[in-house]
Amino acid sequence: MIRDAALVAAKDLRLELRARVGMGQVLPFAVLVLLLFAFALDPDRGVLERATPGLFWVGVLFSSVLVLQRSFGVEAEDGILDALRLSGMAPAAIFLGKVAALVVQLAVLEVVLGVGVVVFYDAQPAHAPLLLSVAATATLGIAAAGSVYGALSARLRSRDTLLPMLLLPLLAPVLISATRGFEVGLEGHAGGGWSWVALLGVFATLYLALGAFLFRPLLEDA
Amino acid sequence: MSTTGYIVLSWVATFAIGGGYALSIVLRGRKLSRAVPPERRRWM
Amino acid sequence: MSTPPNRSGHAPPVASGPESTSSTGTRVLGAAALVGLALSVVYGLFVSPPDAQLGETIRMIYTHVPTVSVAYVAFVVTAVSSAMYLWKRTEFWDLLGASSAEIGVVFFVLTILNGALWGKTTWGVFWRWEPRLTTSAVLLLMYIGYLAVRAVPADTRVRATRCAIVGLVAVVNIPIVHKAVDWWRGLHQGRTVLGTIDPEMGGNQLVAMYLSLATGLVVFVWMLLHRFRVAYLVERAADAGLEEALAERRAERGTPSVEVAP
Repeated sequence: MIRDAALVAAKDLRLELRARVGMGQVLPFAVLVLLLFAFALDPDRGVLERATPGLFWVGVLFSSVLVLQRSFGVEAEDGILDALRLSGMAPAAIFLGKVAALVVQLAVLEVVLGVGVVVFYDAQPAHAPLLLSVAATATLGIAAAGSVYGALSARLRSRDTLLPMLLLPLLAPVLISATRGFEVGLEGHAGGGWSWVALLGVFATLYLALGAFLFRPLLEDA
Repeated sequence: MSTTGYIVLSWVATFAIGGGYALSIVLRGRKLSRAVPPERRRWM
Repeated sequence: MSTPPNRSGHAPPVASGPESTSSTGTRVLGAAALVGLALSVVYGLFVSPPDAQLGETIRMIYTHVPTVSVAYVAFVVTAVSSAMYLWKRTEFWDLLGASSAEIGVVFFVLTILNGALWGKTTWGVFWRWEPRLTTSAVLLLMYIGYLAVRAVPADTRVRATRCAIVGLVAVVNIPIVHKAVDWWRGLHQGRTVLGTIDPEMGGNQLVAMYLSLATGLVVFVWMLLHRFRVAYLVERAADAGLEEALAERRAERGTPSVEVAP
């Protein structure tokens, strides 16, 4: 099963590398979001610095929706989902493969955004282990929940509006937790930061399990 | 508006919206019952 | 669907069915609900005393708590129905889940409305990012998503599967949203009187509270029965429309019409 998941993940990443939509469109979009926030929030008043954790994660969320739409949009158009279903691979393996590919793409996104906030907002990462743990668990959760709803909306024509509408409220606790975790990680006092990592971990675990369980009905009927 | 005003508004709005929704269900049920053949109108 | 006349030349009586979604059960429940509502108004607005801390505004808690409780019960029903649908694949569970979700959304809207009005009198503003209101907002948005997926035209089984998945995905998130919002907003405001909507009550206040709560639950069951029957009728009406179209098609082609099994 791990091998199947790896196959699916490799296929997704290869497709992405060839198409370069991620690099060509989503990353510039993410940087653009950072710029827009700066225009809206006036860099001179110190709001940007204080809001950096939140702005970073809002940027991640918006960009993730684009990545997901891309990832599942391609599937539906080329009938790849059907092919996968008929291939005999365990649906859970297909799910995990898609999640893995998404984690890689989101990680690239977050690195770029991270460099962006350091450069544009003068962010000073103080507690690297905490920041990395927050990012890792949050990303896993976003990828898992996103894959479920991405697959669900893949064959819908209204996918572009329905996916964000479904996913973003679901990810509200991820946004809250990741932002609070980053606040602690950027300010330097570890304190309550790790509880947020734990909550993010619970979210990720739950949605990885739920997604693996639900992927069969998703592939067959949705 | 005074506190009493808000209290009254809260109760009135709750009853109005809840009641309106209840009414809409019942009316819809009556309309649909007419459109469906008699033997098939109930689940049980 | 006309029946042929019998030997005496008169048409036999048409089989009769219920004219609406009411039944003995709903009438009993409805009567109980009306009594409960009347008593709740009397106790809530008049008999129960003002609160030591909250004053008269406690009377708004008597609407707020029942609506939020019903909303949660409704979403649990949807969650259970979603799981049962994915297991049994019967129409019953699909219709039950969707009906309950719609009622839940209505009650969450009422919860937020009452919360905002309470906030206006107590805090002076219609909204504060306090735990219960914030959580309600997130939950409301998740379940509006459920209704949006429901509204997408699709094959019955496809639509039901999609909704069941949303129902399960959403319910799993409820405790996580609670924890995240409580940790986040709880830190900033502490357990002060003005911070959260959670007063201590006694005597007639408790009577009013439990009365409203019980009434709310009776209203929920009443609504659920009616709404489920409406959903069922919608499906049967769609079936009937489909059968008519098929029958017309066959009549055009000249083949004898065949009874389509429901």
